[in-house]
Order: sequence, then structure tokens, then C-alpha cells
Amino acid sequence: MEEQTDVLQEQLTGVAEALGWWGVPLAILAGAIRASTPFLFVALGECLTERSGRINLGLEGGLVMGALAGFAFSHITGNPWAGVLMAALVGSLMGLIHGVLCSLPRVNDIAVGIAIMLFGVGLAFYLGKPFIQESAPRLPAVPLGFWSSSGAVQSALSVNALFVIGVILAPLMVLFFRSTRWGLVVRMVGDNEEAARAAGYSPMRVRILATMVGSAMAGIGGAFLSLYYPGGWSEGLSSGQGLMAVALVIFARWHPVYCMLAALLFGAAGAIGPALQSVGVSWGYYLFNAAPYVLTLVIMIIACSRFRTLRGAPGELSVAR
Amino acid sequence: MSDKTNVSRRRFIQGMGVAGLGAAFPGIWLGKPARASELRVGFIYVGSRDDYGYNQSHAAGARALRDLPGVTVLEEENVPETIAVQRTMESMINLDDVNLVFPTSFGYYDPHVLRVAGRNSNILFRHCGGLYEEGSHPENAGSYFGYIDECQYLNGIVAGHMTRSKRLGFIAARAIPQVLRNINAFTMGARSVDPDIRVQVIYTGDWHLPVREAEATNGLADQGVDVITCHVDSPMVIAETCEARGVYVCGYHADQSRLAPNRYLIGAEWKWETPYKRIVEDVMAGETPSRFLRGGLAEGFVQPSAYGSMVGDGARRQADEVKEKMMQGDFVIFEGPLNDNQGNTVIAEGESHEQRDTWLEQMDWLVEGVRD
Repeated sequence: MEEQTDVLQEQLTGVAEALGWWGVPLAILAGAIRASTPFLFVALGECLTERSGRINLGLEGGLVMGALAGFAFSHITGNPWAGVLMAALVGSLMGLIHGVLCSLPRVNDIAVGIAIMLFGVGLAFYLGKPFIQESAPRLPAVPLGFWSSSGAVQSALSVNALFVIGVILAPLMVLFFRSTRWGLVVRMVGDNEEAARAAGYSPMRVRILATMVGSAMAGIGGAFLSLYYPGGWSEGLSSGQGLMAVALVIFARWHPVYCMLAALLFGAAGAIGPALQSVGVSWGYYLFNAAPYVLTLVIMIIACSRFRTLRGAPGELSVAR
Repeated sequence: MSDKTNVSRRRFIQGMGVAGLGAAFPGIWLGKPARASELRVGFIYVGSRDDYGYNQSHAAGARALRDLPGVTVLEEENVPETIAVQRTMESMINLDDVNLVFPTSFGYYDPHVLRVAGRNSNILFRHCGGLYEEGSHPENAGSYFGYIDECQYLNGIVAGHMTRSKRLGFIAARAIPQVLRNINAFTMGARSVDPDIRVQVIYTGDWHLPVREAEATNGLADQGVDVITCHVDSPMVIAETCEARGVYVCGYHADQSRLAPNRYLIGAEWKWETPYKRIVEDVMAGETPSRFLRGGLAEGFVQPSAYGSMVGDGARRQADEVKEKMMQGDFVIFEGPLNDNQGNTVIAEGESHEQRDTWLEQMDWLVEGVRD
């Protein structure tokens, strides 16, 4: 008899713990926090690069190389933060290649970007073979959900430090562009090369540096993928997130805070499909899984105007010229 | 320029053309060495060979062939289920002189394998999981598969004993017959323990999507599901997320116990070396291997993982009992009366479909107790 009441008790708590429909908004919030970090870092990095007047489509390569380098280094040294540092370094190296190649005369930055993307992904797959089976120490999470007794809420609010850094970084970048000397130089190089030359700055040097820093941030985004969520090194880890984040920048109008919001939106949209299915909405899961892309299209259509070109586009950008 | 280097533009272009051709078709000028006496086997995988999952299980089978005398194994990984696999097969046949091809992913068969097999009638094709149709498919094609639903039934029994919330989760890639058969077997195994158990299915939409698989695992855990199993190519992320969220996991494809040491109950594993060895031995003996090669636990095509230490005695006892019956060949999973989850009768009372029945390979229904 006592055993039976125990079982009943457990079943009751089981039902109470199940959130039912409340699980959907919670999962979307959790998805925004969990899945948006790589988008956030790549988008902020690309924002910096594009503000200097260059497009780097190769960030997917930097992201995947960063994911591998971070994982490998965390595995070897046993310290995940060493992995993050290495990911940034490898990312900046990829950025250096892109930046230098694009500085040669009559080289198209979009074509080089695609080459860098394929190169980075291919190289990472080749070098990453021995690491697929390994496990590495993960980045720690900050349990912001400690106040709740529900496991679901606790899990949704366990936030990674990189996410926090990214969220703080976005307004700092606005400040950087608006009120620092270096930010002004980046903007000037991006908007008008002649003016920058006249003021005595080398556009080439500024752009190479901006590409390196942007690519390093993509590397950090990759380290988040392999060291935190979903974790582990595998060849399908990124599946194009770096490319999507580059598109995000255009949709965010080259504004870091909008980049952050767009990244959160993409993370949240990706969680809709699984969350709805887990409460029993079974129809149209392909449709829900396509939500991030549909969202991009809808916002692009709403935001576009036939009376002006893209607002906020740096003047020297090859697509805006 | 030309008087400095003595290379005219025309010469230069000719040279580059030859070099380019050489790079595009390496081996075109090497000549073909005599490879008459040996059997060259080509394996094609949809993902990477060490993914803790489907492709790893096939690669383990391929490794077993390496030790056989007179057999050379060639492998190509990350080949998508598109026209790319036709190119891979053609290049294996034309450049590497492969005589036996094992395209291992479900989506390769129709139309890709059928088309390439039709063009290369002297090459043997054995596809994993496709259904060979006498007459309409080329004679040199065929398929092999394992009845892993037997292991999923055992997974279900153990999950049924271990669950407290009576809610189980199944993360599936796509709604194809083999996946549905696994979902049904898992559900029926669990409901043989307690008919109140419900199984929630989540489709991710493709074979390998780590972020979405992690989201699905978290979504199920949020809903109070406490045992999760799956049918995706690499259960790595799912097993690790289950361990992190404190829900039990039943493995699939290969042994993932190392990834979830405190949460791994049992798993359904492939043993592909059995069919591979059988096919290769047939070919070496000069016979045509079966075009419909199938087997389950009894034939050694599949096996369950070892029980996790947390699995209770009751669960072990019932699972061992059923496994014993399956080994003897007197356990039928799909036996009437059986209703689907829409309330229709799919197998009438007194009717039964034993494993080799091809009707089961065209499954398009989910059994009572599944929420999809």
C-alpha cells in the first residue's frame, strides 16, 4: 500500500513538472538563449567587417575552424577557455587570409569569401577526423534559474558566459562606432575611402584588422557550438549557421544592437518546431522548422522600399556601390 | 614576355590545358593494373565514419571485411542523398575498379542506385534498406537489412520499467517505414509493461541536425518525458543532452554508454559484419548473393547493448525472456489485434506478420499509444 502511494506521488509530481502548453513559450525563450550565441558572435563580427567596407562571406569557414580549434584545444589542455582563445586565434588567421587576399588589386571580396568558407570547412573536416569520438571539458553555465523548483525553468535559464559577453558586446560596439576614435576610423574607411586616405589612414590596414577581429568573433561563436551547445565536434555541427548570420547583418541594417535582436529571434525561431511537437502539435513540422527562413523573408519584404537603397549600408560596400 | 621565357601564349595555354585535364582526371594516364583475382568493395556513407551512430556501425562492418584475404575496401563518406551519390558510384566503378558497391543510406536506392546499376550491369550493388522489386529493378541490384525493431522492442521493455511519468520520447529524423517500424516496436515493448504508457514522437526533418536534436531532447525533458530514444544518424548529441538533463536514454545504431554513463539504459546496435561477410563470401564463391538479405537477433545482424547499472531486475528479467524467445524465432512483434493511433484496426485478431513479411517494410501507420 505504501509503495503504491509512493508511485502515485511520483506520478503526480511528474505531471506537475510537465509544463504542457507553457512549455512552448519557455522553449522559445530557452532556444533564444541556447541557440542564438553563434549567430550573435558571427553577426557582430560581420557587422564590424562590413562597417569597414568589406564583406566576408568566409565567416562560416571561421566558425567551423573555430569550433574545431576550440574543441581540440579544450580536449588537449583540459581548459575550455583556452579552447575559446584558440578558436579566436584561428578565426583571426582565417580573417587575415581573407583580408590580405582582398587587398590585392581587382580581387572580389565575395568570391574570396566563398573560397575561404569552402577552405575553412574542408580543412576543419580533414583535421577534425581524430576528434569526432573525443570528449572535451565544456564551458560552464551560470544557473540563473536557481529560484525555480521546475527542472524545465532551471534548464532554460542556465546561461552560458559567452552569451552574456555577446549581449554586453552589442551595445559596447554601438558605443565604439559612435564615440571612439577607432570606431570613427572604421566607419570612415567603410563609407568613403578617399576621405580616409586624405585623413592619413590606410584603408587596407584598417580593413585587414576589421576582418581579423570579425573572423575571430566567428571563431568564438564556433567554440560555443562545440564547447557548450549542442556540444561535441561533428561535421554537421554548424550546418550553415555562419552563412545565415551574415545575412542577418543586412537585415539588421549594420547596427550591432539590431544584430543581437535578430540573433535572438533566429535562435527562438529554431526552437519553435521541436517545442510544438513536444506538446503534440504534429502537423507541418517542416514548416515550423523553416520558420527562421520565412521570418527573414517576411522582415526583408516589410523593410524594403523602392524609394531608397538599403539604409545604413556602408558606402564602400561592394553590394551598395 | 615570350623572348624572356621562350614560352608563347599558345604554348602556355596548351600546357595549362593538359595540366588541368591531368588534375581533373587523376589516374587517367597511370594505366590500370591487373586486379583480376581480387574483390574490390566500395562503401558509401551519408555522414562521417565515426559519428557514434549509423555510419560508424557500417564502417565497423567494412573494417571486418578488410581482414578477409583478397578483399580491398574503399570508402567514401559525407555523400549526400542526391545526384552526388551517382557520381561517387560511377567514379568508384570507373576509376577504382570496384566490383561490389554498398551504398548504405536509405535515400540512395531510388532512383540513384537503380539508375547506376542499370548502366553498369557487370557490377554488383547491395543497398542497405531498400526493397528490391523483382522484374522492375535491375538484376544486379539488391538489398540487405537488419530487424533492429527487435532491439527497439527490448529498449521499450526496459524504458517501460524505468519510466515514472509514463511518458516516453522518440526523436525521429523522417517518417519512413523503417523509422515508423522502430517507433511502433519501441512503443509496443513499453506498453507490454504498462498499457498506460504514451510515446511522444518528434521529427527533426533530416538525418543529422545536432542543434535541432538537442532542442528536441530539451523540449521532451521539459514536458516531463523521462526516457528518450531516437532514430537519427548520430545519437551523440541526444545521449549527451539526456545525461545533462537527467533523463534516461536508450541508444541506437551503436553503443553510446560512454556518452551518458549515468543515464544509458540499453541500446539497439547493428552488427553489419554478419551480412557483409555473407555477401562477400557468396561473391568470392562465384554465387549471386541474395537480393533480399534480412536478419535479426537470431541471425546476428543486430544486438542489444549491455544493460546500464541502474536497470532494475524486473526489467532485465522481462527483456531477457523476450530476447530468448526472439532468438528461438518464436516471438512475433506485429501480431493482431492491433490498432493504430487513429483508432483503425491495422492487424486483425488472429492475424500476424512475422519479421520477414515485406508488408512490414511498407509501414505507414503508428501504433496506439504514439503521439506524433
